[in-house]
Amino acid sequence: MNSETKRKILVIDDAVTVRMYHKQAIESLGFSVEEADNGIEALEKALQNSYDLFLVDVNMPKMDGYALVKEMRKNEELSAVPVIMISTEAELQDKDKAYEVGANYYIVKPAKEGTLQKIVGLLMGD
Amino acid sequence: MQETVQESDLLIKDGEFARFRDFFYRKTGIYFEDSKRYFVDKRLITRVKILNYKTFREYFTHLRFETDGKELEQLINAMTVNETYFYRESYQFDCLVNSALSMVGKGKTANESIKIWSLPSSTGEEAYSIALYLMENWPGINDYDIELFASDIDTSVLEKARRAVYGKRSVEGIPLTLKKKYFTELSDGRLQADNALRDCVEFTNVNIMDSQAMRYYRNFDVVFCRNMLIYFDDKSRRLAAEAIYDALAPGGILFLGHSESMSRISSLFKVIRFPETIAYQKA
Amino acid sequence: MAFVKRKSTETTPQDSREERRSHERDMATLIELLQDENADERRHAARDLAQFPDSTQALADSLCNEKSLVVRQAIFDSLLSIGGKDVVDLLIPHLKSEDANLRNGVIEVLQGFPQEVAPRIASLLNDPDSDVRIFAVDVLQLLAHPKAPDWLLEVIRDEEHVNVIGAAVDRLAEMGQPHMIPDLERLKERFSDVPYICFSVDVCLKRLSEG
Repeated sequence: MNSETKRKILVIDDAVTVRMYHKQAIESLGFSVEEADNGIEALEKALQNSYDLFLVDVNMPKMDGYALVKEMRKNEELSAVPVIMISTEAELQDKDKAYEVGANYYIVKPAKEGTLQKIVGLLMGD
Repeated sequence: MQETVQESDLLIKDGEFARFRDFFYRKTGIYFEDSKRYFVDKRLITRVKILNYKTFREYFTHLRFETDGKELEQLINAMTVNETYFYRESYQFDCLVNSALSMVGKGKTANESIKIWSLPSSTGEEAYSIALYLMENWPGINDYDIELFASDIDTSVLEKARRAVYGKRSVEGIPLTLKKKYFTELSDGRLQADNALRDCVEFTNVNIMDSQAMRYYRNFDVVFCRNMLIYFDDKSRRLAAEAIYDALAPGGILFLGHSESMSRISSLFKVIRFPETIAYQKA
Repeated sequence: MAFVKRKSTETTPQDSREERRSHERDMATLIELLQDENADERRHAARDLAQFPDSTQALADSLCNEKSLVVRQAIFDSLLSIGGKDVVDLLIPHLKSEDANLRNGVIEVLQGFPQEVAPRIASLLNDPDSDVRIFAVDVLQLLAHPKAPDWLLEVIRDEEHVNVIGAAVDRLAEMGQPHMIPDLERLKERFSDVPYICFSVDVCLKRLSEG
């Protein structure tokens, strides 16, 4: 498959096995995946490359998920890219905060099998 | 993952490499693709032997749990290119003259100069490269006054920087016309920068961690701090980032080395994108 | 030539009036300045308090109300610079904060003090609040303490909460040791209905079997 035609998703989480887990789930849908360890690295990558979706964990060092999404929404190009936020927090206020900063979806860990893929599929218009 | 065949008796297994790679990436932001196994393994095995360990596992335990960051520093040294030469990572100089300077130049009054800092100066290649770029590639050279400083903690490299004598390798990247214009060939074949170039840079001695000394460095519009922070331990890196933040004027731009990232250092700066590259800005 | 060589940098401190004000002050005044309206004043005060080890309480207290991330960074950096058991004790309660940025900043500072954090880890890993237990495991991600693998082993043996387990297994992908294989296999059975746990345990097992 021509890698140029594959759409690209950036998975942002400081836990390496979580990144691996999301990566294999998303790659099985036919997308290509790149990774970032924290919000600042994510911004650096997002500003230098073109992604079709961001998967953002909330709790990360240096720049947490909320701050990252807020920053991305300030940028004209990035503000159009869909964002899924993932967190261990199940409180309603955290979900609200996610939508407030501009996320498209909020998933609570651990998600039911297939949830992530369903939402990615939805947002990517497949 | 490929299996690597080593001449030595020490082999780094895939699982060990994976562990090491994750750790190194988390600490430095540098990720080793599988294709780099040979390069990385060779250097790791060298370190294992230098520290007298029999297995990679023992070495990794040392690396992972040391408290002073010394072995990690050695390892980073071994994994990165720390040679200095003219026009190294020149895309950042392109960015300087094509994008960054017009941004920081806006709002400068007639008698406000643009201040640029090269830190560490090492033997001066970076600072003189900046000067050459400004004189030869910057349309705004006649519209602004420039103050170009270059500083180092090591007085012997500062001496060398002021003398500005360089070997063939170091000046390889400089176009021939500029070599002729700004350098003189010495009897031993090395090149020395002429006064016209040497006078562009003010070399000073400073320790970035000395907050008293750093009070003399303020309001810089552009700072080049390339391939220095990556060799600091975690605490020192953060404090150094604070020091650079204080040295910058609001809106000032910071360039790090190409394998360095603020993502492993500090959240003080905003990431800014220029057509040529990304850099960091003091808001 | 448009290059100007001014000696001014070498002979006169270039810091601003605000900086000089805070620089010349004693600890009490600096602590007051931590509440100043002006963010630059607060930042310079926080930065200069690094010279005063007795100011740790005031620095830690100011974190909650400090909204400027840049000032917060200076507070964290000063606390990191001062160090010691005091700092660790003062920061640990902030692990319960609702503020993600604050919590993560605390975790980062704590990671800088493995000796001082070690005696507190056991109680953190047994805190009634599962979030605190997760954050304790997060501290271990970069904590340079040789006991970290042992603490993680205890977590995977005794812990019930799936997200604490998830964090611990992720740490073991890097710190796991061969003698932990049976415990990891048991864990996988216990959480056989949670795909992420099975996946991450498999990552650990694969790495441990490959060496």
